[in-house]
Amino acid sequence: MMFDPQVIIEKLPEIGSGLFVTIILWAAGMIGGVALGFVVATLRRFCGPAVNLPLGFVVEVLRGTPFLIQIFLLYYGGPFVGLMLDPTPCGLIGLTVYSAAYYSEIFRAGFAAVPPGHVEAAECLGLTRMQIIRRIQIPEMALIVLPPAVNLSVILLKESAVLSIITVPELTATVSAIGSQQYAFLEAIFLLAVIYWVLVEATDRLGRLAEHRLARLRFSKA
Amino acid sequence: MSLPAIAVKDLVKRFGETTVLQDINLEFPQGKVSCLIGPSGSGKSTLLRCLAFLEEATSGMITINGEALGFFQTPDGKRERLPAAQIRTVRAQTGMVFQQFNLWPHMTALGNVSEALKTVHKVPKAEAEERAMAQLRKVGLENRANHYPSQLSGGQQQRVAIARALALEPKIMLFDEPTSALDPELTGEVLNVMRDLAAEGMTMVVVTHEIGFAATVGQQISFLDHGRLLFSGPPTEIFAKPRHPRLDQFLDTYLDRGASMLV
Repeated sequence: MMFDPQVIIEKLPEIGSGLFVTIILWAAGMIGGVALGFVVATLRRFCGPAVNLPLGFVVEVLRGTPFLIQIFLLYYGGPFVGLMLDPTPCGLIGLTVYSAAYYSEIFRAGFAAVPPGHVEAAECLGLTRMQIIRRIQIPEMALIVLPPAVNLSVILLKESAVLSIITVPELTATVSAIGSQQYAFLEAIFLLAVIYWVLVEATDRLGRLAEHRLARLRFSKA
Repeated sequence: MSLPAIAVKDLVKRFGETTVLQDINLEFPQGKVSCLIGPSGSGKSTLLRCLAFLEEATSGMITINGEALGFFQTPDGKRERLPAAQIRTVRAQTGMVFQQFNLWPHMTALGNVSEALKTVHKVPKAEAEERAMAQLRKVGLENRANHYPSQLSGGQQQRVAIARALALEPKIMLFDEPTSALDPELTGEVLNVMRDLAAEGMTMVVVTHEIGFAATVGQQISFLDHGRLLFSGPPTEIFAKPRHPRLDQFLDTYLDRGASMLV
């Protein structure tokens, strides 16, 4: 068998649509995950143990089980509790909830990393608790979590390949289907690796650029 | 006799089983520089943090210009917490400067100094920044207004922190080891700003290891050891012999290092 890129080139429009689905799912999952994760972390940080402990438990379960199993539970288990979802919405919900658990942990650590003295200084100047959260703790946390948040976003992109198993028409599903139809497995898998790698690389660079530009806003040593 | 700026009465502070401050009775006079000195762990920073209400005393009372801070004493001797708004009003009379500066890294020097004017006092942005700029000028940093804390030296950061506290026009300034995080070269510029403030008649309470500063600028020196106030008086008394043996021991370590000429 020869390595024949021609087979793949003919199917570029299909691959393009798979790539589009992947990027949309990734972006939407990321935005949803960041938003939900932020809400969870903020509630856990500022609303006392009655909120913190149950949310912490849910986060631990989500972080303690494989993404594939969560997706299976949602897709095949959902109908048993009346939750009938098409593959793509199911995948999006799965991606959002799964990443929210991880983002919330990153944000939690970020809140904890804001030096208590910065809050005390604000308190001494008469800022209320809400003003301190909004003006001091959230912006400082956001700067601290930038590198791990970019890292998680990259992982999320790669995890989205798992959605091919429940037949979401994303990149991995599309390209591997082409591979098996055309008996061009190697070409297809190789192409997949390249596309994911390019996306990851681009994201990493964007992240580093942002980090660099924001460097002067981070705190210096005394 | 005029009302003391701050009066501390029977103050006790415990962290769990450990007693950090034991029966402190002390008054800080108006318009004077009072210094709290003592070895590490003597409780001097905790006392200052109680004055800023960053720590709540276990028992005892603090009054600031005659107003109870945090708690009030009922006629039958019980201690009750004041409402949050009232605590804020009393706290507003003091400005606090920290050892670690604690500037907010995501705001410029001007942003740091104008923040509370804008958010707490609802001063319009332009006016707040104008007033903040005046404070930065006072500490000699108007040309650093648009720098972020990470772009400033430690001494400059601490001067911005002083300007930030001054912007709200407090009646009393509290300093918690303001130069301890600075190297000797940068210490001077911060002490100079503090000297200027003292010369203007600002009431200041300074926790410091700068015995030279305490001796030359301080008008009341209080010496704490193991959570107890051992001695309080004017510098001439504090540094004149014969001294309390514990104070003698403490000062000797400084005087040995060449500070004797200042005393």
